[in-house]
Amino acid sequence: MTQTVVHKAGTLDMPLTIGGRSFTSRLIVGTGKYATNEVMVDAIRASGAEMVTVAVRRVDLDRTKEEGILHHLSPDEFFLLANTAGCYNAEDAIRYARLARAAGFNEWIKLEVIGDQATLLPDVHATLEAAKTLTDEGFKVMAYTNDDLITALRLEDAGCVAVMPLASPIGSGLGVVNPYFIREIKRRLEVPVIVDAGVGTASDACITMEQGVDGVLMNTALAAADDPVRMAHAMRHAIVAGRMAYLAGRMPSREIAVPSSPVQGMLD
Amino acid sequence: MSEATTIRVRLNGKERDVDSDHTVRSLLESLDLQPSLVVVELNREILARESYGETLIRDGDTIELVHFVGGG
Repeated sequence: MTQTVVHKAGTLDMPLTIGGRSFTSRLIVGTGKYATNEVMVDAIRASGAEMVTVAVRRVDLDRTKEEGILHHLSPDEFFLLANTAGCYNAEDAIRYARLARAAGFNEWIKLEVIGDQATLLPDVHATLEAAKTLTDEGFKVMAYTNDDLITALRLEDAGCVAVMPLASPIGSGLGVVNPYFIREIKRRLEVPVIVDAGVGTASDACITMEQGVDGVLMNTALAAADDPVRMAHAMRHAIVAGRMAYLAGRMPSREIAVPSSPVQGMLD
Repeated sequence: MSEATTIRVRLNGKERDVDSDHTVRSLLESLDLQPSLVVVELNREILARESYGETLIRDGDTIELVHFVGGG
């Protein structure tokens, strides 16, 4: 466990360093599914996130839908992490990653290869195959995966700069369904572990961070909240709270009461 | 100037007739797209932005114009 406990304001934690780049916020947010672009930008600012995910899609030449996201979100203000969402095999994910890099912002990719439409669970074999190719091509790969330790280790071996196990299925809002495996992955990996997907509300984010992971990536929890901007504030606090609680080291839990006040000194 | 004839290309998944004298750059301009915000894949190969101005669109080309949209 890495502990940097310096009790001065602003120095309670280290920055999150991924692939040689440091971030103050341990929250990474998506940009999908917001009701309006204005709400999206306000929510992202409120979340304090520095890294935001974006998807690669065809330009809508009929212009019936929204324009590209860079009309609303400045790449000078946020570090863009393009994803390969929607890809169901390694070849497609590699194609999308190359297109994303050709956009000219950075060589980072959130690798996501889905194996099943109903659960959106990852195809770990295809993810691993794509990860190897992309790291060979110089990409900084942050790989979305399930909460399986062996796959996480293999992704680290493949050169991923971060491994991102799910808390629960994408968009489910179920929170961390398997905290033990999340902790085990964090204990065993050297690269940052970012929990990606499944967080529903602030307590989920806090509990996730209390497992000792390096950060959380979320989208729907903000975008689908009744008030995304307020939820973004809540998530910002929850991530910090969970991180601080983890670093502080919690008291032992026990199923007996122990008085907090002295038992001596009571009057006759 | 020679008179432009039309050629048929597959553009973002749809068959489309365009003028035969289009370069990639002029095609993007005709679609009102900023080259700096679009990535072009021509016949499954990503095209470097520097070559948009000199790359001619040919009959039967498959062109994908992509950009970043909201996603998680």
